[in-house]
Amino acid sequence: MNIILAIILGTAFGFVLDKSGASDPQKIINMLRLKDLHLMKVILFAIGLSSLLLFFLLLFELIDLGHIGVKTAYWGVIVGGLIFGIGFAIGGYCPGTCVVGAGSGRKDALFFILGGLLGALAFTFIYGSIKSSALFDKIAGGKVTIALTNPEKYPALIDGVPAIIVAGAIAVAFMAIAYYLPNKSEEV
Amino acid sequence: MKEKWNWFTGGLVLGLVFLAAIWLVKPIGASTQFVILDGIVWNLLDSQLISEDGAAKSGFSSTNAYLNKSGGKYAKHVQNPLNYGFVFVLSMILGGFISNAIARKKVSAQAKISPAVWVDKLGKSASKRYLYAFAGGFLVLFGARLAGGCTSGHMMSGMMQSSLSGFLFAAGVFATAIPVAILFFKPKN
Repeated sequence: MNIILAIILGTAFGFVLDKSGASDPQKIINMLRLKDLHLMKVILFAIGLSSLLLFFLLLFELIDLGHIGVKTAYWGVIVGGLIFGIGFAIGGYCPGTCVVGAGSGRKDALFFILGGLLGALAFTFIYGSIKSSALFDKIAGGKVTIALTNPEKYPALIDGVPAIIVAGAIAVAFMAIAYYLPNKSEEV
Repeated sequence: MKEKWNWFTGGLVLGLVFLAAIWLVKPIGASTQFVILDGIVWNLLDSQLISEDGAAKSGFSSTNAYLNKSGGKYAKHVQNPLNYGFVFVLSMILGGFISNAIARKKVSAQAKISPAVWVDKLGKSASKRYLYAFAGGFLVLFGARLAGGCTSGHMMSGMMQSSLSGFLFAAGVFATAIPVAILFFKPKN
């Protein structure tokens, strides 16, 4: 059953990324150059909307709490993000969109994937020697959220206020930014 | 169906896919599967890499510290590639293929090699583009593995759950991506 869901959801995800232009490095690069914010609007709106609906599902207990999966916050998240950002800018793909780009026939995406396989392998080799370093020191306790999701597993930074208010405010802010950001500048 | 969706339709459907995934199974992620594919190839070359281990939480352990992490979770997935996460990412190729196949305006021969902004600022050489795409992929996946997730897992799935880690990752990514993109694609003259 899970494998069938993987095929349906994975295909849908790839299709949507392509339809919204996320698998086109032109769109990614011009978003990062702040010349064409189309994808920024897509991403912010998607996060805001999915977050709002998710916290409603949580509020009415319509979702299995075991499905919530919060990742640990540690210094390597920021350092990794900084390294990621450099490659993201010059490559114009991320780990998901390069796979979709390859599916839509882009050859540069294949080279990005090959480089990615080597980069992931390099990390696999060095992990053993860096796993005790400060890079893996947790930030604010590690697996924490801003709004409360699962009180049994993940503490929240803002705990006194109902989660739907906190997450809802962030979600609405994201969607409002998505709405008000300009679509494209005149000069690209 | 429209050739390319506007930001509202794209954001709406993308948001619903992220919600459906977490509602039905778990949050979407992509970058882990690069490790799994590496592991699958490595496992073919080195039979010692993964072994069954009743003491490990996943039932498998590895001689490699990373594959062995979290109770051998990755080791298990390398041993059994027909798992949710790996099939999900493989299916994304199909999604991209279908989208392009049914589109009236396909990806052009030039865009398959390099995007227009690249040709405009850095020239037509395909090998140069491929070399930088390769280097970009290396940095992106190395960074994603150090961070423990990528645009899908940290930024989208993480921020939708209001995870602190998602916000930290997004801050890190854009702190370098925006200045590097602006400088790297500066007009030639």
